This record gives sequence, C-alpha cells and structure tokens, in this order.
Amino acid sequence: MKVSGSAIKLGSNIDTDVILPGKYLVLISPNDLAKHAMEGLDPSFAKKAAKGIVLVAGRNFGCGSSREQAPLALKYAGVKCIVAESFARIFFRNAINIGLPVIECRDISATVDSGDEVVIDFDSGEIQNKSSGKTISGVKLPSFIQEILADGGLIENLQRRLKKK
Amino acid sequence: MNITEKILAKASGKNKVIAGDIVDANVDVIMVHDLTGPLAVEAFNRTGVSRVWDNKKIVIILDHQVPAESVKAAELHKMLRGFAKEQNIRLYDVGRGGICHQVMPEKGHVLPGTVIVGADSHTCTYGAFGAFATGIGSTEAAAVFATGKLWLKVPETVKIVVDGKFRKFTAPKDLILSIIGRVSADGATYKAVEFAGPAVRDMNVSGRMTLCNMSVEMGAKNGIVEPDQLTGKFLKGRTGKSYECFNSDVDAKYEKTLEFDVSSLEPSVACPSSVDNIKPASELSNILVDQAFIGSCTNGRIEDLRLAAEILKNRTVKEGVRALVIPASQEVYKQAVKEGLLEIFADAGAIVCGSACGPCLGGHIGLLAPGEICVSTSNRNFIGRMGSTQASVYLASPATVAASAITGHITDPNDLEA
Repeated sequence: MKVSGSAIKLGSNIDTDVILPGKYLVLISPNDLAKHAMEGLDPSFAKKAAKGIVLVAGRNFGCGSSREQAPLALKYAGVKCIVAESFARIFFRNAINIGLPVIECRDISATVDSGDEVVIDFDSGEIQNKSSGKTISGVKLPSFIQEILADGGLIENLQRRLKKK
Repeated sequence: MNITEKILAKASGKNKVIAGDIVDANVDVIMVHDLTGPLAVEAFNRTGVSRVWDNKKIVIILDHQVPAESVKAAELHKMLRGFAKEQNIRLYDVGRGGICHQVMPEKGHVLPGTVIVGADSHTCTYGAFGAFATGIGSTEAAAVFATGKLWLKVPETVKIVVDGKFRKFTAPKDLILSIIGRVSADGATYKAVEFAGPAVRDMNVSGRMTLCNMSVEMGAKNGIVEPDQLTGKFLKGRTGKSYECFNSDVDAKYEKTLEFDVSSLEPSVACPSSVDNIKPASELSNILVDQAFIGSCTNGRIEDLRLAAEILKNRTVKEGVRALVIPASQEVYKQAVKEGLLEIFADAGAIVCGSACGPCLGGHIGLLAPGEICVSTSNRNFIGRMGSTQASVYLASPATVAASAITGHITDPNDLEA
C-alpha cells in the first residue's frame, strides 16, 4: 500500500483535546466531526486538509484521551496518513482500527517541511520526500496490522475473519 | 516475570511471556461510557454479530455528559440504554453510579489478576488493584464485544520505587505529578509502570488509584500496584467472585527502576499546558484563579474530599472565585453527606454537583471563558481542555486546590494562615 500527498507539519505532544475538543464528542457523524478537526490548534485546518494531505508530526502525537473521534475527525477532514516521530498508543491503535494509516519515523520532522510532496510505502516502511529527493525509513507495521489497514479498518477486518470461519 | 507479564501470560494461555511478545488476550471485563459507547455500539452493529460475546463481562456507565446537558447527549444516553436492555448488559445510569473509574472498583467489576479494558484512557486506574487495565478506542471495544479478545503487545516495565512518609498536606497527587515531571509526558509510552516501595504499601487504595490513573499522562499502557491486604479489605463485600493475586518475581525484568522519596516532596502543580510542566505550589502565588475544581477520576474520592474539607472548614472561598466540588460517585457522595463534608463545602461558598466527570474534559458544567484560570484536581491541562482555548488549567492536589480557593491565588496549603 502506498499513500502520497502534500505535507502539513506540526510539532510534538499534539493532544486529542486540540485535535478534537471535548465539547464536540456528542457528535456522531464523521463529517460533522471533521469540521472541527485540529480546531484547538488551527481553526482553518479542515479547510487546508480538504484536498487530501499527509500529516507530519513530532513526538507523542495524539496523547491524551481515548476518543476515537480524534482520528475520525482527521480522516474525514482529508488526512490520508500520519507520519510522526512517535505516537501515543491509544491514538495509534484507534487510527489503524478506523483505517487511517499511521507510521512512526524518528527522522520525519528533520526531513519533511510543510508543503513537501511525500510518498509513504507501507510495504517497505520507506518514506520519500519528492520535493527534496530524500528517502528515509519508518518503522514497518507488522503484517496483521497492514492487513487491518488494507481491509479498511478493524470492523471490516473482523467481518472478513468471521466469514472465513 | 513481573506482575504485568504474569497477568498477560495467564490471559493468553501461556506459561511465559516477555516484553515485545504480541498476545491475543482474553478480556475479563470491558467498560464503555456515554462518549465512547455510542461509537462502539455503531461499530458492533456493523460486525454482523447479533449477540455480544458475554453480556456479564460488559459494563456501561453514563458519566461524562450527565445529567444530559443537551438533546444530542440525551439521544446518546437513550441509545446506550436501548443497547444495554437489548443485550442484557449492566448499565449504571444517572444517580446510580458516578464516574466510571470510581464505579468499576466500587461495584466489584475490578479484581486482581484480571485483564480489564475500557474505552477511556484513564482505565489504567484499575491497576491500583493488581489488575492489568488499559484504555482502548470505540472500534476496538466493538471488536471485544463481538469476540472477547484483544491483541496486546507485552510492554516493557518501568518500576517506580517510592520511599518515605508524606508530610502534612502532601498527597499521592503531588507524588504522581513529580514522577511525571521527571519521566516526561511521553517518557513511558507503550510501557507498564509498576509502583512499589514502602510509601506505596502504606498508601490506601484511593492514593494508589491516583497514581495509576495518571500513568497514561506519561504515555503508559498501564499502571500497576501489587495487591495486598489493603486491596483485599477494599474488595471485601464488593465481590463474591474469587480472584488470583500476582506478585512480581524477585528476579523480574524491568526496563529501568526509578526511585522517589516522598519525605522531601512539596505540594506540586502542573502548569499549562503540559502535565509534565511541574513547579512547586509555593512558587506560583502570583497566579490568580477564577475557578477551583475538586473532583474527577483522579481526585474525587472520599479521602480527597476529607483533605479539602479539612482546609475549607471554617474558612470561605475568596470573593470572585467559584469553587466546584464533585464527588466521584454516589457512594462517595453519600459518605461525604454522612461525614458532614458537603455542609463544610456549602458553608465555605463552594457548589457541590452530582457525581460526573464535570469540567475535567470541558464537556459539561464549569467551563472556562477566554483568559480564565482554573486550579484543578483533575488530570489534564491541555489547551482547550476545560472550555476556551484561551483559558488555562493548573493541576494540583485537593489540599492545594482548596487552599487556592480560599486565597484566590495558587497557594501551598502549608502557607495558609491558621
């Protein structure tokens, strides 16, 4: 699986309260959530992401609450993939479970700037910055997680596994 | 093996596991609440499975937006009540429970040696009882509803050994804030944090819950304390089930061991907008507060309310400051009534609200306007956490928050005039 797009770069410790403020947790529709994506940091984020972007971040992306509405809001706002130096663990699992590809890469902040065109190859774990010509390695996901992503999320993956039985 | 490894080995039917193993664990109990449950129910309905794997192992607790503050919240509550009825699942409704992480142990759903997952990041609180407990998302909760299983990576464990005796007006909250200050907000990401040492053995379960509760604020997968006679005393009368208590082997492996001594601990405060931005309360007397909040799954227990009441008794909340007290559960609320604590709070000019998460997550009750400052016993001070993105939250112990409510600025409780 390959994902590509223009990058929006953020810093470290981006928490779920700025990704999707608590007051919107009563919203159920992903498209309604998407309007408020990253509102705590940049109220114009949803507009910027609408064309389909790759989110690049520093350490501990998605720290804080277990709210799945956070990755849902990002996904439906137009985030095609998140590359971060590291992720908070619940956010990492949530993103995979809703079919939003995520990959860890320690050198990503030093290699990609906002506006760069980035290609992420999930089979090899390689991340290519087409704007600078540099290629770096991320942490390749285990095959069972790649399968969940390829199926489009955990529920779709579960449906497939249950059918097999 | 250490206690976390032993529990995960048992849950996955293995004799031994080591850090880094990926196991398929059998879940003993799963909990969802009113803000994560609805998405879980929607996802469960998409699995095509008609009945949950085991209705007796699922608990639903309404605690975030309660009593319903909007029609949208009321609709979510109604949906969960419908699902609980249809699947015959235990649901703790408004007035019957309180904050999920307080209700779960109180009602006997948390037992030593078990694997408990919850669609809430502070599920790690239950480690205080020697359980493996961790937060998951709604979709994963739906998969557990359907299968009763969850994949988990066996974490590396950081051991935190705490020695010494707490001084007057310092509390487990000050300890966990100082630990997070040293470890940092992502210093334990993916890891287990095992709290041990004489000061933890001397600590009541309420304090152990405060420690484990905030483990996630340093990124941890779970926080855990070996169960002992205090654990057994708390559980007595709350469960009829038998349980297995695990202890870490003498030669158990740890990624590292950190040592703390509470004898020199000062009342500590996490300053905006990161939980690891720790300063002594005594250095923050220039910070004027608009709101003081005592409550949450971190510090809304009876011991916390007693500490706050000790300070607020025969004193008055400063004019211009609003003080909110929210007992963590109905049980805590009733005990506080019995002990006369609620009268002390009311006499001091504080408002006591019904058991719920309250202002902690900025959803309901006691939100902040731009430019306002709240000193709070809760667990997060992120930008916008308690309302406006231009408001600030300082995290502290119940004693420090109560003292600050009286003076109108952040105050070390030891500096209060008699």
